[in-house]
Amino acid sequence: MKAFEYAAPRSESEVLELLSGEAGHTEVLAGGTDLVGLMKKMIVTPDRVVSLSRVASLKKIEADSTAVRVGAMVSLDELAENPVSEFYPAIRQAIDEIASLQLRSQGTLGGELCQRPRCWYFRDGHGLLAARGKDVVEGDSRFHAIFGNAGPAKFVCPSRLAPALVALDARLRILGPHSNDETLMPLEAFYRTPKSEREREFLLDPNQFVAQVILPHPEGRLSASYEVRHGAGPEYPLVSAASSILVERGRVVEARVVLGQVAPTPWISREAIDAIVGRPVTPETAEAAGEAAASVATPLRDNEYKVRLAKVAVKRSLLKAAGLETGGF
Amino acid sequence: MAKKTHVATTINGEPMEFLCEARQSLLEVLRDNLAMTGSKEGCNNGNCGACTVLLDGQPVDSCLVLAVEAEGAEITTVEGIADDSRLHPIQQCFLEEAALQCGVCTPGFIVTAKALLDRNPTPSEHEIRFQLAGNLCRCTGYDKIIRAVQDAGKRMAAEARGASTTTNGSPARQQQKQAT
Ligand code: FES
Ligand code: FES
Repeated sequence: MKAFEYAAPRSESEVLELLSGEAGHTEVLAGGTDLVGLMKKMIVTPDRVVSLSRVASLKKIEADSTAVRVGAMVSLDELAENPVSEFYPAIRQAIDEIASLQLRSQGTLGGELCQRPRCWYFRDGHGLLAARGKDVVEGDSRFHAIFGNAGPAKFVCPSRLAPALVALDARLRILGPHSNDETLMPLEAFYRTPKSEREREFLLDPNQFVAQVILPHPEGRLSASYEVRHGAGPEYPLVSAASSILVERGRVVEARVVLGQVAPTPWISREAIDAIVGRPVTPETAEAAGEAAASVATPLRDNEYKVRLAKVAVKRSLLKAAGLETGGF
Repeated sequence: MAKKTHVATTINGEPMEFLCEARQSLLEVLRDNLAMTGSKEGCNNGNCGACTVLLDGQPVDSCLVLAVEAEGAEITTVEGIADDSRLHPIQQCFLEEAALQCGVCTPGFIVTAKALLDRNPTPSEHEIRFQLAGNLCRCTGYDKIIRAVQDAGKRMAAEARGASTTTNGSPARQQQKQAT
């Protein structure tokens, strides 16, 4: 690991004072489960690491009648065990799928959302776009994108919570660059598909950081997450889906269906949403929504199989949200 | 030579201070600076769990914790699991049931199993397999490990019950004693 200066500020504004506006100069440390590994492999080589671990305001969960605000430094376990998570089954289920006590207690909500892609070309030092996508297309694309992959970015957004949080209309409270700057951003707008190596996969300037995640009250919406994993190990899922639905008089009147691990961003499936709105959730309508989602997939050479998994994940997340048998685990 | 930081922690109940570089992991400091070699380095990258320690009671991969982040923390390593001269039931069950071969994974399994059993003393086989998925073993095939953890849970529960019936203290207080 390259030597760096370590800072552990006590307040949000002190964090901002320590962050540099220059890309690559400073890194924000949350639980460390991703960043420390990236630093060891010299994929990121900051001169200064700014730890959020001593900022008390980032460790709180606060709820009022309209929303729940979860601090970026709340651990995944703390969030799953907090009574507020009962209102957001999709989140609790996504955390429960993470099969490692260590990662759940060390990993934080903010870090989970800002972790870097798992793409093996990126992790091997070839950059996020790895020869403008050529490495993936000509190499091994088993775990790469099947949607939104027309440009040079072929990696998938690694976050396991983002699909659920996007489905639930979560917003981020982002601080910086200056001490009074605060941006409230829908999580779906936070992620972007980079077009050049200069762009990051999320809209965070080097001198900004995520302070809170704001979850609107579900107001009767039902939600669920479904992950397709290879065996029961600690690996990342192959495909996941999260659905949030509002059902009135037996029919879906509002829906959000979001796929994970299939595109450089969490993938909101307009096709699946259009297919399910206006209908009751049944095995047939859920299946049709899955078909609709998959109909616009553009798989690469080695990942055709993910199209089928996407169909199944959408179907099962809808059935699970509606409290019906999924036919899966 | 990079600048060193002074860090004050409590390790296995003893106050412990050390000097380290910001880039050193807690695992490195435990093993190289403090000569506590019970925690093992397997992957050094958060995949195998051999380096698991409890940080303020929570299981973490110490290879992914910067040692400077441990300032003020209470750390329990595998060296601190036994009670003076008496092995912890988890250790005893691993021994009796031969739940190890080369032993590199064992400290991590024991520490993680303690975290698991302290939360849930009677986990099902599925729960144990799932919750311990962050710990890898290349030798045993896992079955003996799972059984040892399950039996240790039963033994811990029985000991807690025994303690509460043979003394005059309240059951809750006795259980608390057992847990500390
Ligand atoms: S050595 Fe830390 S997880 Fe493998
Ligand atoms: S006993 Fe050898 S790795 Fe587990």
